Amino acid sequence: MLEIKNLHANINGKEILKGINLTVKPGEVHAIMGPNGSGKSTLSSVLAGNPAYVVTEGEVTFNGKNLLELSPEDRSREGLFLSFQYPVEIPGVSMVNFMRTAVNEHRKYKGLEPMSASDFLKLMREKKELVELDNKLANRSVNEGFSGGEKKRNEIFQMAMLEPRLSILDETDSGLDIDALRIVASGVNKLKSNDNASIVITHYQRLLDYIVPDFVHVLYKGRIVKSAGRELALELEEKGYDWIKKELGE
Amino acid sequence: MSENIVDKVTQGDYKYGFVTDIETDIIPKGLNEDIVRLISQKKGEPEWLLEYRLKAYRHWCTLKMPDWAHLNIPEIDYQDIYYFAAPKSKPSPKSLDEVDPELLKTFDKLGIPLEEQKQLSGMAVDAVMDSVSVKTTYKENLAELGIVFCSFSEAVKDYPDLVKKYLGTAVPYDDNFFAALNSAVFSDGSFVYIPKGVRCPMELSTYFRINAKNTGQFERTLIVADDDSYVSYLEGCTAPVRDESQLHAAIVELVAHDRAEIKYSTVQNWYPGDKEGKGGIYNFVTKRALCKGDSSKVSWTQVETGSAITWKYPSCVLLGDNSVGEFYSVAVTNNYQQADTGTKMIHIGKNTRSHIVSKGISAGRSQNSYRGLVKVTKNADGARNFSQCDSLLLGDKCGAHTFPYMDIKNDTAVVEHEATTSKINEDQIFYCNQRGISNEDAVGLIVNGYAKEVLNKLPMEFAVEAQKLLSVSLEGSVG
Repeated sequence: MLEIKNLHANINGKEILKGINLTVKPGEVHAIMGPNGSGKSTLSSVLAGNPAYVVTEGEVTFNGKNLLELSPEDRSREGLFLSFQYPVEIPGVSMVNFMRTAVNEHRKYKGLEPMSASDFLKLMREKKELVELDNKLANRSVNEGFSGGEKKRNEIFQMAMLEPRLSILDETDSGLDIDALRIVASGVNKLKSNDNASIVITHYQRLLDYIVPDFVHVLYKGRIVKSAGRELALELEEKGYDWIKKELGE
Repeated sequence: MSENIVDKVTQGDYKYGFVTDIETDIIPKGLNEDIVRLISQKKGEPEWLLEYRLKAYRHWCTLKMPDWAHLNIPEIDYQDIYYFAAPKSKPSPKSLDEVDPELLKTFDKLGIPLEEQKQLSGMAVDAVMDSVSVKTTYKENLAELGIVFCSFSEAVKDYPDLVKKYLGTAVPYDDNFFAALNSAVFSDGSFVYIPKGVRCPMELSTYFRINAKNTGQFERTLIVADDDSYVSYLEGCTAPVRDESQLHAAIVELVAHDRAEIKYSTVQNWYPGDKEGKGGIYNFVTKRALCKGDSSKVSWTQVETGSAITWKYPSCVLLGDNSVGEFYSVAVTNNYQQADTGTKMIHIGKNTRSHIVSKGISAGRSQNSYRGLVKVTKNADGARNFSQCDSLLLGDKCGAHTFPYMDIKNDTAVVEHEATTSKINEDQIFYCNQRGISNEDAVGLIVNGYAKEVLNKLPMEFAVEAQKLLSVSLEGSVG
């Protein structure tokens, strides 16, 4: 589904990603861990097409297409979803209006008619229940005045609405208390299927108690330096990132 | 990067720029007493109105064009303008059959069908092209309720007492340079009278169209709401694309008696000039409401997207005790457009209240200013005002300015002012992109969200139009 080969990227001339290789197949959950500044969030931004980053080398194939040639909106319409670490507030734009525009753009891309208002509201209701999103939040402006936890839950709600093939969850656990973490994780688990995949980017292993990964990768200084199964997360939790640094001979 | 996005999406095209090929009755260029007499004679006016015009003209000759606004206005040669142009067809047609089909086509093309059965239900229209009113719809139905809705010229003939009583009461002929000019040469416009206790059952609307070349448009609108009445009035404007700038200097006067309410909404979309700033309408308008009666109320709502230069301050004089004035404005400037707009709220009666919400949106190399005055006179006990002025910048070559003035002579007044300036944020656009929304749609969503508080004040059908217009005037897509 997603194949990253030797990906290099920089921001303001500073190289952050220095040759990433990663393959994600349908039905898989990959966790990417690593210390601060290792390039985790850069990787998610580059995949989503944030124009602040420049790709200097490498290839990314998504659904058989050259991802790097697609505009950010087409990447989304192809089924790539990014749950933002810091979701953005858009004052005055209601969640309903925002989501309806997004859903209908996705439908248009697939050659489908726009959804009728009643079908759309029904879909919203279903998905709100799925991620236990408060009705009040759905009636407000996009993320405006939401608490940190509410914003994260709203991201998962949007993910449920858009039914992506690949979801990238960028530090979705940061700023969440244990109850919110449980709700968000259960939302993600409910959306999991054999056809879609997720990349979970996290600093701590805590989230991985709830969203169980098939693979764990350690990102350090812009490269994936270690990949293994779920047990790697537990080992990291126990030994800390210094252990990786030592292994690398630093 | 937001620079590029904004550049791309702010290059929409003006879609009302066509010219109607129609025979026009036009008088010689220039302005002098003879021209004023000629206009009055063309319209078959009574002596008192000619005197009014001449008085205004003589006063105008003593005035200089104001230069205090934050505008860069090229010199205007007032002798190089045609002051009267009328499509050649029968005066005041009795039925649609008598209206030139070219004219009907023009208004059809503008989305303003003049056949009553084709119109949005619940809306009556007065269509004005250049200096004359082409057709007023639903006149008869409204007359049954005692409501007068007709062109200004007809009102002068059919209701001279009403016109004489109210003309110049809100905007005296010597009010300012452009008001004096309009009072001397005004052509047509709409007249509305709502009798005591009547709630006007439909939206009244006037659609202004400039067609002829090198012509100024000087329309005049007068709306009088008698005790306990209510009316909602809409005004729309467009003009063809031309390289030369054209002058539009209108006057709108509103008078609200005891407990009467007038809602006045404008969607102004005059030709804004091209992307290099060539051509476009100079929109110098004086709009004022007299809240004369006790507990009367006037709301101005404006969506200003057109014109090369806009100079207008719809105001309320709150004379009656407990009267209320409101001003809700969205002003969009793009490319080389300039706008200096705002309001004046003059509190004279006791316990008068005013509310101002101004939303400026600037893109390209445009300049957008809010200028507002809140004045509380000595005897206006218990006056209250709340003003909110927000500016949104798209790109970094445009400017937003706020000039709030306060003149408070009474200690019991409560006056509040809030102002914010924000830039459209590239993170917001990327967030929308990531959900599958294109740059253009993202800017449209964000701008409409920003202006929502004002757009919500417009009548339903108009709000949808205005939303589209906001997007179109900022986007590359033409609807």
